[in-house]
Amino acid sequence: MCKTCGCEVTPGNAHLAYRPVPQHTTAVDVLGRLLAANDHAAEHNRAHFDDHGVLALNLMSAPGSGKTELIEATADALGRELRLGVLVGDLATDNDAQRIRTHGIPAVQITTGEACHLDAHMIHDALHQMALDGLDVLFIENVGNLVCPASFDLGQHRNVALLSFTEGDDKPAKYPVLFRSADLVLLTKSDLARHMEDFDAARAEGCLRALANAAPLHALSARRGINLHPWFDWVRGELAAVRARRRAAFHPGAHHHDHGEGLAR
Amino acid sequence: MHELSVCQALLGQVEAIAREHAARVERIRLRIGPLSGVDRGLLERAFTLARAGTVAETAELSITEAEVRVRCRDCGAESAASVNRLLCGGCGGWRTELAGGDELLLLSVELSEDERVATDAA
Repeated sequence: MCKTCGCEVTPGNAHLAYRPVPQHTTAVDVLGRLLAANDHAAEHNRAHFDDHGVLALNLMSAPGSGKTELIEATADALGRELRLGVLVGDLATDNDAQRIRTHGIPAVQITTGEACHLDAHMIHDALHQMALDGLDVLFIENVGNLVCPASFDLGQHRNVALLSFTEGDDKPAKYPVLFRSADLVLLTKSDLARHMEDFDAARAEGCLRALANAAPLHALSARRGINLHPWFDWVRGELAAVRARRRAAFHPGAHHHDHGEGLAR
Repeated sequence: MHELSVCQALLGQVEAIAREHAARVERIRLRIGPLSGVDRGLLERAFTLARAGTVAETAELSITEAEVRVRCRDCGAESAASVNRLLCGGCGGWRTELAGGDELLLLSVELSEDERVATDAA
């Protein structure tokens, strides 16, 4: 068991159960995550996604790195092959949801007001407007913010972090919590790379590896349709993995022989 | 930033505990790691705002800071590290696992028994 999620009393914290407290005071040991309520809601969301065999992807980046553009390009390219849906988080406006809908896929806008991140409860509420039955992949476009979203589990299967060529190549070192959580890093706006001579993709990768993160990096341009195939293949692969886990859950032991469906006995 | 959200989640848990014991909250003990995404100073400040009007309104917040430590998957060594340099202190490799540093734990809640005594006597 791990030492950091509160699921175990360790020698390092066991003494807290026995420390002296002032008179007329009772100490209640909790040893639980501060964000336990959000974690619980996130697990509920994840179970929901798993039950429906829907791949849930959490897209995070600074504002303006190209999350919406990437979703639009993906809808155009994969919209006939896969059934896609989007939950978009923004502090204000429903501009992004409207943009996405023009590409023929359903999008629900979550307007957070003051909140600088999405949380599991917001996702849960938004799912009342998005039927998972009809979906293969759900993109969750988080609020543009490299700080806060990383701390809140939404119930997603995978995190995708976007970093554009117009930003600093050392961003993974500056925002370690978010980039540590990334399962895939996309270097976006690659069509502008030739104008951004200071951006060294190898340095960005080095910063990511220094976070002990083995996630792949792919440079692409959603707007110009450059090198999108590694991204599409990654999505297809992750969807296949979700479906394989679902089949394994319904058929424990991962048998591959026929269970006799349709055969007379 | 989001420290206020974290405070509200914290107070939700603390209030439930205090209600169960029908007591007032004296002290809340947390352990926070640098990779949790929560800033200690901002959390302390958010707490002084968020606790108003709750059973924890006079409670003190005690935060211990956790160290960033990694365990190497290649050589097995455990060593101290920094938030954006999670390399093995032994072999220098980057294939490590976090052994500490992303904690966001509510360790314990210390409750005053005074109110409970008053309740029993009522």
